[in-house]
Parts: sequence; structure tokens; C-alpha cells
Amino acid sequence: MLPDRRKTPAASLTPESPAITRRALLHSGMAIAGGLLVGIDFGRARAGAPGPGNVSMNAFIHVATDGRITMIMPAVEMGQGVYTSQAMCIAEELDVGLDQVLAAHAPPDQANYGSPVFIVQATGGSTTTSAWFLPLRRAGATARAMLLQAAAMEWGVEASSLSTDRGVISHKASGRSVRYGEVASKAARLKIPTQIRLKDPSQFRLIGTPARRIDTADKTAGKTVYGIDVVLPDMKFATLKGSPVLGGKVSKVDQAAALGLPGVRQVVVLDDLVAVVGDHMWAAVQGMRALVIEWSPSPHAGLDQRKLWQELEAASEGAGVAAQREGDALEALKTGVLFEATYEFPFLAHATMEPMNCTVHVHDGACEVWVGTQVPGFAQSIAAQVLGIEPSKVTVNNHYIGGGFGRRLEADGIGKATRIAQHVQGPVKVVWTREEDISQQRYRPLYHDRLKARVENGKIVAWHHRITGGSIMARWLPPAFKGGIDIDAVDGAVKSPYDLGAVLVEYVRHELPVEVAFWRGVGPNGSVGSTECFLDQIAHETRVDPVEFRRRLLARAPRALGVLDTVAQQAKWGAPAVASTFGARTGRGVALLISAFGSYLACVADVAVSDQGDVRVTRVVVAADCGRVVNPDTLIAQIQGGVVFGITAILYNQITFSGGRVEQSNFHNYRMLRIDEMPSIEAHIVSSTQDPGGIGEPGTVVVQPAIANAVFAATGVRITRMPIDRKLIAKTA
Amino acid sequence: MLALLVNGVSHQIDVPADMPLLWVLRDVLQMTGTKFGCGIALCGACTVHLDGVAVRSCQLPIGLVGDRAVTTIEGVSQTGAGAKIQKAWLDLEVIQCGYCQSGQIMSAAALLAHNPNPDDADIDAAMAGNICRCGTYVRIREGIKHAAGS
Repeated sequence: MLPDRRKTPAASLTPESPAITRRALLHSGMAIAGGLLVGIDFGRARAGAPGPGNVSMNAFIHVATDGRITMIMPAVEMGQGVYTSQAMCIAEELDVGLDQVLAAHAPPDQANYGSPVFIVQATGGSTTTSAWFLPLRRAGATARAMLLQAAAMEWGVEASSLSTDRGVISHKASGRSVRYGEVASKAARLKIPTQIRLKDPSQFRLIGTPARRIDTADKTAGKTVYGIDVVLPDMKFATLKGSPVLGGKVSKVDQAAALGLPGVRQVVVLDDLVAVVGDHMWAAVQGMRALVIEWSPSPHAGLDQRKLWQELEAASEGAGVAAQREGDALEALKTGVLFEATYEFPFLAHATMEPMNCTVHVHDGACEVWVGTQVPGFAQSIAAQVLGIEPSKVTVNNHYIGGGFGRRLEADGIGKATRIAQHVQGPVKVVWTREEDISQQRYRPLYHDRLKARVENGKIVAWHHRITGGSIMARWLPPAFKGGIDIDAVDGAVKSPYDLGAVLVEYVRHELPVEVAFWRGVGPNGSVGSTECFLDQIAHETRVDPVEFRRRLLARAPRALGVLDTVAQQAKWGAPAVASTFGARTGRGVALLISAFGSYLACVADVAVSDQGDVRVTRVVVAADCGRVVNPDTLIAQIQGGVVFGITAILYNQITFSGGRVEQSNFHNYRMLRIDEMPSIEAHIVSSTQDPGGIGEPGTVVVQPAIANAVFAATGVRITRMPIDRKLIAKTA
Repeated sequence: MLALLVNGVSHQIDVPADMPLLWVLRDVLQMTGTKFGCGIALCGACTVHLDGVAVRSCQLPIGLVGDRAVTTIEGVSQTGAGAKIQKAWLDLEVIQCGYCQSGQIMSAAALLAHNPNPDDADIDAAMAGNICRCGTYVRIREGIKHAAGS
């Protein structure tokens, strides 16, 4: 139960103010001031299907006659805490308690729940708070204004004479009060006000407080239903297998042994995969083991990791597209004191703890899907496409998500499950084994970053950053792929607030046969990672302290400077790294993150390196300026978790190919950081009233170069290909 | 037919004896709080108690359970240590996506039941078999200490 919140002053309608559209607000960088007057665009928006006794006030708010408020969540909950933060934004302006709120998953409906950033309905890129902070507050304020208006009309008083608290409207002069639910039907029939005044931040009673999460009580009790937990009458269970060699097709399947096993019902053979359907997952798994599958030769049977690295490096020498050009960097880089480096980033699997799964029931020309997805609209359209039916014939039931990290921004698995379900009577739950989940993925692209810089009098005067890799955007959101530039791949490299003199940032698109997808931290993992390692190298070779070196480049970036100074102070930069029994060689490194996430993070990492070359991260200190914060406890949690994700990647993770096969399959060879390998993690929030930035991914990005730089400090070896290769830093090497 | 005692309730089950307890719980008894993560006892998402001892249910054939009592996340609040851990998990907002947390809570509850005051090394030893991809380890450690002190 949450503590009672103090009463909030009533907002007022102000019809005389000019309309400001949602789009204009977004394009103006969402300059949001307290008490700002905003235009409302909910004309189409009484969507969603309210349950019995529920009145829909707009696309996001249903008010039940008993006073409970159901909020439809445009961004999905996959651990990042956004069901709570979104509810806080609505509840703040609607003036209800979080304990009065039920969260509902949004159906596929781009018109109402499409991301203001992506247009399509998608949760990713650490955009939820920056994208929805204002629209959800407006939804809450609008609904509240209509409820107030309905009560005012009923009582024959001015709406401005009414106040609200926890879903109750009061008229102080007469002592009357009424619950939202009692006037909701009448309020919902009122004309939607076109002008609304949002609260001044000084009046916030929820936003900015460490509110309890609304999803964790059920999760603690094991009651939360993830996609994999769906139970339907007469449901069958299936598991699938794709070609072990990338691109292979099924040529022959001997089903006899599998069909003889207890509980095995059916084998579904498609051109590129085989599924076994049974009474439970165990039967499906046993059946799969008993199948004898022959695969046709694949054109990618020669795919080999060493050759993939070489191919990308060769591609990086080819023609690129300028993503940013200021001055003539190439000319400036012909002479003077020059520095050069390349950094390489591997394919990565997401390895969500909830393995990929999707339940589908195809019947009577329609289809129903139960899944946890970051893209409900894509889920709907891929199922419709598979079946050749209208998207409106596909119902998508979204769920709580057991880890997304970008994997569930892809609907490929939903397509496969639908293709299997086409051949099954009744609903079928298709569950990937961990081995299929790891080895039949869309992976984070292989990236190659080439950097050059010229230094004069301790200052960088020219900078060239060339990023080579496959484009996710070109496939995932084609309208965003313009002029040959993948805006995600170069994010963090372009428009750097560092003063770098003449700048050229280029993108070289080079597609490999491996399908690629967003992965927590996205483009900045490579672009920021390589930049921060390179700056460390230049600082070291010009004999300037790495923090001081960065400070000199940040004259025009006060927020970046703020987090850098904070982290240096909190980590006691200049003091030696934490001593550890893990290894005698210790070091500390620093890195800074400034990118389109809209947040500023600085990180100091301490490492200890064993004689055998194993690395243990012993301490991580992060300073973050994320603008206005909705839930500070969630912010800390995301920094802690993001840091663990980044440590895991740089220490342990890569997907590699040999003979066309992915060499990793489960947690023994795609290793996760465990609790006994954990550093201490300190997060310091630099308070700010700037527009909200994102925090789901920045921790993952910033910790990796800090670790690489710390390993250099400990060993004198520059890590230029991720993950860290222990052979390079073993003492006996 | 096999008899299986789960959270104090006896079930009669007709499945192959080599079927892992995990799939009996999830797909036959429809108790989906216990999670599938890796299938080879590397991640701990499927952790349950067998007579109070934490075990990985994905590697435990149902035929080997015998008359030992199975406790799952759905029933762990009935144990003193389980209730303390669950409360600490909420007090400290340990959970993010939550998928691994049934297993984390079961491992932590078993630890606390056998060791009321675990130190960091005890926590490492008991919890290193449970992977959390969201990276909630800082709070898992704090949560166990918080529960021990409650």
C-alpha cells in the first residue's frame, strides 16, 4: 500500500490558448515547462475495449464505476519499470493513487499506441519516458478535466471551484463529493477539451518519487503470466528446430521414432524448420531428439568467423556515406601528429531469460496470438501475412515480457509459430529450447569502427570516425533509413559534444548473410565504445590524465562535464583501483556517454586481472544526468542492471560462426555474469529539470569502454576486439 | 500413476517417469510460476524445494521425487523464510522483468532457512547458480541480508 499523497491543486481549462500539436512538441525537442498549455488530439482515441462496468475516457484511461482505474500501457513492461512510470505520469495529472491503478497491455493499434518516436508501435531505444512523458500526462489531465466538468454540471457549480484527491471530486463550499466512477459515464460523453493545463512540476506528488512498482507483487508470488505461461483449453505444446547451418533447408525427416513416443502427437515439416507437437514440452523435446532430419546443403556452409571479421574490415576500406561533415577532416588528417585505431564488436545474442515462445490458434479464417512482444503491430501483421488474411482478423494478446533487450522488437518468431500453428488443430504453444533461442537468432550486428585523429597542443583538431556494419534500420523501419545512413549505427558518433575540430563521420553499410537486430545499447555500444577507448588511447599517448583530457574537450557540454566531474569525485579518480585477491594487476578506467538516449552518463570501472588473463570487475561508479526523473528508484535499478549487461558482454559474450553454424548454444558457452562475479555498483544521480532522457540502455554502453580502459591501465594492453580475449592479457603469454 | 505432493496438495499424475518435474509442474499441473530457462540446470530459473532443499526441477525426473514434499513459488510464502524473502524482495524492489525471480526467491529462501545469517560468501555459494539477465544481483544480495535482519 502506498502512503497517502497530499492533495493536489485543481488544474484549469484555458480555452484561449493557442493549440500546440503533439507532433510539433516532439519536433521542438519536447520543451516541456510546468503548467504548459497543450493541445489535445484524442478525437479518435476512445479506443481499447473496456471491460464490463468500465467507461473509456480516452485511449489510455478506463474508469470503473467502483472507482478503479485501468490504464492502457502504450509501452510494454519487460523489466524496465515503465508500467509504473507510465502509470505515474497518468496518475499524476488524473489525481489518483498508484494503488488504485490496474495496468492493461495495449492491443495492436498504431493510431493510438504508436510510439511518438518510431511512429510504429514499439518499445525500445530507451525512449519510453521521453516519448510518453507528455502525452500520458495530457491523457490524465484531459480525463480529469472532463470528470470535473461532469460533476460541475451535475451540481450547477463552476469546475474551477472543485478539487480532486485519489479519484474523488469535492466541492468544498457545499461539502459535496463524488467518485470518478459515478460521473464517468456522463464525463465520457462530453466534448473533449482542446486545451488543457498540465501541472507545474512544483505540484508533482508522484513524479520524482521512488514509487513502488505496480508489477512486482505478482512477480514475487509467481503469479505473473508471461507469454510462455499461457494456458488454454486443449492446448498442445511444440518445440522447433531450424537448420544448424545458416540458410539450410529441410530435405528429409524420419518421423517414425518420434511418433512412437508417449505424448508426441504430430510432426510439422516446413521448408526451413521442423516442429514436434505433443501433450507437453517434454514430449515435444523428446520427440525432437528422436527425429532424424537431413538438411540440404546451404550456400552459407563456408561461413567462418575469421573470414567474417576480415570481410568487414575489407568493407571498411570501401565507399562510405558521410553522416556528419564539419570542415575538411580528411585534409587535416594528412599531416601532423596523428593517431589511429580500429575497434571490432561481435555478433551478440540477447539470451532473454524467458526463451522465445509464441502461442497461436488458427481457426475459421482468423488467428489469435498470445505472446510477449515489444512490437504488437508487427506481431499482428506478420501473422496476417503468413495466413494471407486481414490484420483485423488477427488478435494479439500481449503479456509481461521476461526480458526483451531488443530480441522482442523482432516478430520473426511469431511468424514461425504461426506457420507451425497453421498445421495444428487447436491452440499450440511453441517454445524455443535455449539452444534454439541462442543459435537461431537475429544478432547484434558485427561492427567495425575505424578512428583517426590529429592532435595539436593537447587539443584534437581533426577527427574521422568510420562505422561499418549491417543496417538494422533499413529492414526494421525503412522510412528512417535515408541517404544510405543507418541513424542507429552512427548514433553516438555524430553530433558529439566533444570539441573535435574538423569532423567526418561515415557509415559503410555492409550486409553479411546473418540477420541482425537491435541489442540493448544499440548503435552506441560500438560508436561510443570505440570513441571512448580511442580518447583514452590518445590521452595516454599524449601523457594527459584521461579525465582531464576529456574535460578539455567539453567546454560546450556542461551536462557532460557535470557527470564527468561527479563520477571523478565520487570514485576518487586518481586513487589506485580496488585491490583484489582475484589478480594482482589492477587498474581503473573512465568513459563518458553522450548520445541520442538524451541522458549523460560517466563511469569509472576498476578491474583486477589474473595471471591467466581473466578479468574481474571489482567496482563500478556511475554518474547520470537523465533530465527530469519519473521514478528515481527505477533509474538506479536500470543503471545497476544495464551495467551488469555491459560487463557480461565485454567479458564473455560473442556469437561466432564455424562451417555456417553458430558455435554457442546455452549458458555454458554463452556465459552470463553471476552474483559471485559482481562488482560493487554505485549510481549517483545528478539532479536536473531538463527534458527526460532514457536510462534502459546507457549503463550497458558506458561501462564497456570504462572496463576496456581499466584493463589497459592494469595490463598495458589495448582491447580492440570485443569481448576481451584472455590470451592477450595472460601473464604467461 | 505417480503420487506427487506439491505445496501440501497431493496429485495423481500419469506421465513418463523420466519426465522432469519442471514440465509436470508447468504443463500438467499448470503451475506456471516455476520457469523454464535453459533445460540443463545452468540458470536456476526452475528452482523448487524438495523437502526444503533447493533443486533444479528441469533436471529432476519425476520418478525420483518419491514421497518428498515439493514446494514451489506458489507455496513458498507458507514457509517462514520464503515469506521473509518475498517481503524483502518488495521492500527493496529487487525485481525487474521477474522471469528468473521465482528461482531466485526459491534459492534465497532455502539459503535463509538453513542459514539465518548468511554472509557474502554464503550468498555467493547459494545464489551463483541463478542467472538474472536484468542484472538485479546487487539487490538480491541486499534483499537476502534485509530478510535475514527482519
